[in-house]
Amino acid sequence: MLQLSNDHSFATAGKVQTGNSGDMTALDLSRLITAAADTIADHAEELTALDQAIGDGDHGLNMKRGFEAVRAEADLFAAKPLPDALKAIGTKLVMTVGGASGPLFGTLFMTLGKEIPAGPDRASLTVAFGKAIEAVAARGKSQVGQKTMLDVLQPVHDALAEGKTAAEIADIADVAAKATVPMKALRGRASFLGDRSIGHMDAGARSTALLVRTVGQAIGEDA
Amino acid sequence: MSNVGIVIVSHSPLVAEGTADMVRQMVGDEVPLAWCGGNGHGGLGTSVEAIMGAIDKAWSEAGVAILVDLGGAETNSEMAVEMIGEPRAHKIIVCNAPIVEGAVMAATEASGGASLKEVVATAHELSPS
Repeated sequence: MLQLSNDHSFATAGKVQTGNSGDMTALDLSRLITAAADTIADHAEELTALDQAIGDGDHGLNMKRGFEAVRAEADLFAAKPLPDALKAIGTKLVMTVGGASGPLFGTLFMTLGKEIPAGPDRASLTVAFGKAIEAVAARGKSQVGQKTMLDVLQPVHDALAEGKTAAEIADIADVAAKATVPMKALRGRASFLGDRSIGHMDAGARSTALLVRTVGQAIGEDA
Repeated sequence: MSNVGIVIVSHSPLVAEGTADMVRQMVGDEVPLAWCGGNGHGGLGTSVEAIMGAIDKAWSEAGVAILVDLGGAETNSEMAVEMIGEPRAHKIIVCNAPIVEGAVMAATEASGGASLKEVVATAHELSPS
């Protein structure tokens, strides 16, 4: 999905090539799915605890259910061309995550799939990612600065555009998620708490940062 | 049925079913009606799949008005409409109205053969903004 190396090798259908020019090492999408599902499973309790503080406390469980459903059909997704795979993963997340996170994460992947070419380079990925963020903002009727996953997605997009490495982008995502702690929630269940939402990290921002690091690492191992 | 259909989407199946019960008793059977509530796993929440099913059940060529409770119900309903897609999507509208009053008023309007636009406008009149 993400091609983060500094060269300009191209990903092919269903695979992402991450090696140096000429190195055709390809990352199997099914391995990336496994890594993402593992990450969510490993952090499900932490995500739920974050959500219990200012949300309805189901984020960890919901995300785990969704990513386990994606994991169960990983080979099916990996067999598709990248755009179709991303769209199918998004649809699966919409149907299985539930809560408000299902449509939001689902829309992210579905739009990414709609906008990304079969063999993306960093430039086309960045454009597609930008469109996906716009779609998430529209779906949630939200914008950056309102203590949501957008507060991680936007800095990640900017870092992609600036040519940062996978490791740098993962760190930027972590910092961005932590930066939601002092924010006041203006969207979702947490917004009912008003000022009391201040002092807690947004669960969706945290899960987004976790996924960004996982994707970067999965690609990095193959590079 | 030629009347506009009504779909009720609450985080709680009890609220959704109770609201539907009020519509049936106060308005009658002249309006296609369906409800859904809960996350499908025994907890509070809304499910896109269940909402799509409810829209199918209450489907009318005149259109369907959806009444929702909290934010997630609205987001999931909008997602369901998008996934249903055209040619039906433009005939499905998520109302900005209190769920119980909105459902009863919208259904009352719909039972008289009003258009989707009129049904939705009636529900929106209940909204403070």
